[in-house]
Amino acid sequence: MMVTDLIWPALDYSRVPYRLYHDAEIYEREQRHIFQGPVWHYLGLEAEIPQPGDFRATWLGETPVVFNRDGASAVKAFVNRCAHRGALVRRELSGNAQEHICIYHQWCYGLDGGLTAIPFRRGVRGKGGLDADFDMGAHGLRALRVGIVDGVIFGTLAQDAEPVEDYLGAPILVQLRRLFDRPVRVLGYNRQRIRANWKLYAENTRDNYHASLLHEFLVTFGLDRSTQVGGVKMDQRHRHNITWAEGDSDTDEIARQAYASARVRNDYLSLKEPALVTFRPEREDKLNLAVTSVFPSSVFVQISNSLAIRQIRPRGVDEFEVFQTMIGYADDSPEMTLHRLRQANFVGPAGLVSMEDGEAIEIVHRASKPDPDRTTIIELGGGGVISDRDYRVTDVPLRGFWSYYAELLGIEPAGAVR
Amino acid sequence: MTLDRAGVHDLLAEYGALLDSAKYDEWLGLFAAECCYSVIPRENFERGLPVGLMFCDSRAMLEDRIMALREANKSNIHTDRHLIGLPRLRPPGAEQLVVEAPFAVFQTDQEGSTRLFATGLYRDRLELAAGGLKIRDKLVLLDTFAVPTLLATPL
Repeated sequence: MMVTDLIWPALDYSRVPYRLYHDAEIYEREQRHIFQGPVWHYLGLEAEIPQPGDFRATWLGETPVVFNRDGASAVKAFVNRCAHRGALVRRELSGNAQEHICIYHQWCYGLDGGLTAIPFRRGVRGKGGLDADFDMGAHGLRALRVGIVDGVIFGTLAQDAEPVEDYLGAPILVQLRRLFDRPVRVLGYNRQRIRANWKLYAENTRDNYHASLLHEFLVTFGLDRSTQVGGVKMDQRHRHNITWAEGDSDTDEIARQAYASARVRNDYLSLKEPALVTFRPEREDKLNLAVTSVFPSSVFVQISNSLAIRQIRPRGVDEFEVFQTMIGYADDSPEMTLHRLRQANFVGPAGLVSMEDGEAIEIVHRASKPDPDRTTIIELGGGGVISDRDYRVTDVPLRGFWSYYAELLGIEPAGAVR
Repeated sequence: MTLDRAGVHDLLAEYGALLDSAKYDEWLGLFAAECCYSVIPRENFERGLPVGLMFCDSRAMLEDRIMALREANKSNIHTDRHLIGLPRLRPPGAEQLVVEAPFAVFQTDQEGSTRLFATGLYRDRLELAAGGLKIRDKLVLLDTFAVPTLLATPL
């Protein structure tokens, strides 16, 4: 089936056909128009490659990427694929090297991605090898454009993408500058493999409505509730979103009344080790929850003092990996680091307030597959215009995601909201 | 249970069986009054990075993890089966014993389909206490650190 703008039953994206999570042709189009399109993806942190020659391998959609610090201390990123036969050049996930050498035929690339050496280029005893006019300068590793915001490395394959600061927009930049207002230290990584379409996760991180209903730990132990002061804030194009909340901004009694209609327990158990959920303010503001989703694949997360960056890595139409980098600050005391390691229990595949996403997303994917023309409902906070909200029972940023998605895929219907 | 190979075998056999039959209070009973339990992805461990998937550096935190599992967390509906391999004991005979044992956990869903969920290495420090041989520290070094779906039950 040709996918066209007729796919949308509603011009405000309040109905999304299940086909979009399951169709292999759409998935291919996403790889070309989104992951290789004019958007910026989180690649990694400058703190991960402090020295010249330090490199890390990552993914941009299904495209393998390596980024490194070159001899002049500049950050460079390339498609991790040999110009010769298309092999992965850098096979290790991280390390330090002066060049990247493909094992297959030993083609060698510098830290700027340029092709520097080809074995037997002139053959042996005057026979064999490449033609004399083979242009080494034209066969380096395919470069990504790199944009750095306060030590956060973004990359794009689209040479004509707008500057990264413009792409992010003011509210997102403010959040990133807040989170990265001092040098960071990487505490480690975690990964979760989910058997579902990657967009279900992009939606999940924008869905304020589900948080305290699916993740009962939040409510059971009084950590985060829809009765708190909070809301959603987007960039002008509504493609990104910040879900935010302030700590200590409601009471048990207000919450108990509000949740009376939900089948969520409200007897507010207490932990034997309450320090686990203690928020230690690190700034003037009261934010204890800030989940910043950057279209399409990056999420910057503050849950209390647990800080992380998530990268969504599609693995075919039916599977993706969430790769999460856990961070603290370089000037954290040993005691603060210990607090962050304890609060790391909140997130990741075993996260006390996040593990359920893996199950929720898989059961949507499984149950929606057989009926591509039926739709999901996205209408919390009302349909119609896409705009910021100063309340928490809303999923309006999902409609912003789909609006920009439709534009990039060339299936935006005439008269649709943006 | 005693501080010898037979005691270690008994402890490890109990450990897996109690988790697989969801007897979490009895499972907690295998730990010492002061204990630490952590699950660390191999990619972090090898790079000297400290963050884990589960990190309970006190018995209270470990009990909280079990309370959350019972009262709050939701997971894919399944049963677990631990296969715990032959332990290496080193050094034998002291007050404490360091034990390493490989493990695999298979998950079976409600419709009888089984998958390998996790494999890795237990690195335990055991001590002899009044109630017998107890786990002082348990490090679960996780080879399968691309965790399928989610990890709710301790490994």
